[in-house]
Amino acid sequence: MTAAHPVTRTPPTRPAGRRVTLARVVRSEWTKLRSLPSARWSLLITVASIVGFGALYCLLRVTRPPDNQAARAAFDATAVSLTGVQLAQLAVGVLGVLLVAGEYATGLIRTSLTAVPARLPVLWGKAVVFALTTLAVCLPVTLASFLVGQSILSAERLDIALSHPGVARAVLGSTLYLSAIGLLGLGLGALLRSTAGAVATLLGLLFGPQLLAGLLPSDWSDRIYPYLPVPAGAAVANVRPDPAALGPWSGFGLFCLYTGLVLALAAWQLRRRDA
Amino acid sequence: MIEARGLTKRYGDKLAVDDLSFTVRPGTVTGFLGPNGAGKSTTMRLILGLDAPTRGSVTVNGKPYREHAAPLHEVGALLDARSVHPARSAYHHLLALAQTSGIPRSRVDEVVEAVGLEGVARRKAGGFSLGMGQRLGIAAALLGDPDTVILDEPVNGLDTEGIRWIRSLLRGLAAEGRTVFVSSHLMSEMALTATHLIVIGRGRLIADTGMDEFIAAAAPAVVRVRSTDPRALAALLRSGDVTVSGADDGALAVSGLSTDEVGRAAGAAGITLLELTAQQASLEEAFVDMTRDAVEFRAPGQRGARP
Repeated sequence: MTAAHPVTRTPPTRPAGRRVTLARVVRSEWTKLRSLPSARWSLLITVASIVGFGALYCLLRVTRPPDNQAARAAFDATAVSLTGVQLAQLAVGVLGVLLVAGEYATGLIRTSLTAVPARLPVLWGKAVVFALTTLAVCLPVTLASFLVGQSILSAERLDIALSHPGVARAVLGSTLYLSAIGLLGLGLGALLRSTAGAVATLLGLLFGPQLLAGLLPSDWSDRIYPYLPVPAGAAVANVRPDPAALGPWSGFGLFCLYTGLVLALAAWQLRRRDA
Repeated sequence: MIEARGLTKRYGDKLAVDDLSFTVRPGTVTGFLGPNGAGKSTTMRLILGLDAPTRGSVTVNGKPYREHAAPLHEVGALLDARSVHPARSAYHHLLALAQTSGIPRSRVDEVVEAVGLEGVARRKAGGFSLGMGQRLGIAAALLGDPDTVILDEPVNGLDTEGIRWIRSLLRGLAAEGRTVFVSSHLMSEMALTATHLIVIGRGRLIADTGMDEFIAAAAPAVVRVRSTDPRALAALLRSGDVTVSGADDGALAVSGLSTDEVGRAAGAAGITLLELTAQQASLEEAFVDMTRDAVEFRAPGQRGARP
């Protein structure tokens, strides 16, 4: 580390050519994401969870296949091969939280907001980059997990074809659901600015409402249940519709609405609050 | 050019910045001084739009910072050397920053070299020493080739060579016609670098003046005089506005008179002078003197401002 080169001025190319634009912020956020080792690890854990647990659960089910006709009919081969998504949602959601709350924890947010004083492009840039990254990573991985799972299940003729009604939608839906969970985590991170607080809130939102609904009288809980975040969002990932839940796309739409609400609140706070 | 008008920031019931008005002009290094907790960092955050003022306004190059379309070209800022993700490399930190404004990679390499980090740019910023962190922060501030440079305590953690480098860098930036606004708690460093001073205490403006005027106004020059008969000379000089105190070596420290006046009075009384010198106060003495006043005189509604 040696010092004291004179600082040279570049020829004046400003200002029009060097404006902050959303496209440039998206590029910058992509650089940030790919240069963060913890993001690579989280995505690796996501991939390993989806494929690893899917395959493991399929192997378990093959060793103990359903023993009667009714159980065979109730066997959901798609859901079994995509079991890992349940675990992967935690990794994706926590990574979403870290991408924003980590900037507050390290103080990097002050640098980010000084470079982009309009502020909102930073949030939208992160959301676009993270949503596309999770889609790009999770779509091939859920598809691979499905195919690997079906080839394992075929030993006991329990497998199902991708062309079977609702199966392709469930595979795609699992990916979309994971992306939406990631955005929910990102929104919570931006809203609460604290990693611990946002992770706790995310877990609370994913698992809490179902537990609380179970404590209510059953006619009440039956009425509320379809509108809870996870039953609504997960509908798109199921081949066999849960009779108590909303339809696949309306349920997922509702989940996106919840996520959009959190992101909108986060955007409002970002504009308003001191950094 | 930075212009603050009636700038006020309140956090809960604590008034961090109180009705500050000042102008930082291009072409000079303007030092920003104040005791710890005086509101220097808050003021810089207000300038950069990170915090919103409770009242008043501050503009950079004629506009509030948030309204600039190409902010990195208007202002380069070093707020806190640790405003970096520790797991990301210095190079990618700068690259991500540059990309927000479409600044090319070649400029990133240029500033990395300019601050002397070329050997470590690919390493994680979290492993950097305080001094290397400061250099990284300065590289970030220079990325957009800005008209205005704002640096909060840039010499913190730098070694002697680094401090000398910062000094020539800041002077060079000012000589190119840029606005340079630097806070520091190292008075001696400020005395060597800055030509204009803005001094605050408890969030209020104490002084907005040239370095030389500040020192002269805050702590008037003292005349040191050594003579064959200090006792008689002290009795002769002492009067309403003139204070005389003894130094350890038998010399007297006289304030309120010039060297000419002391010399003539001694000559008229027939006292032989052995030494007669005017001693300028240091910036540090002037600063302590000024800010002590600001802390002591806190009657309601009174502005702590002296010249």
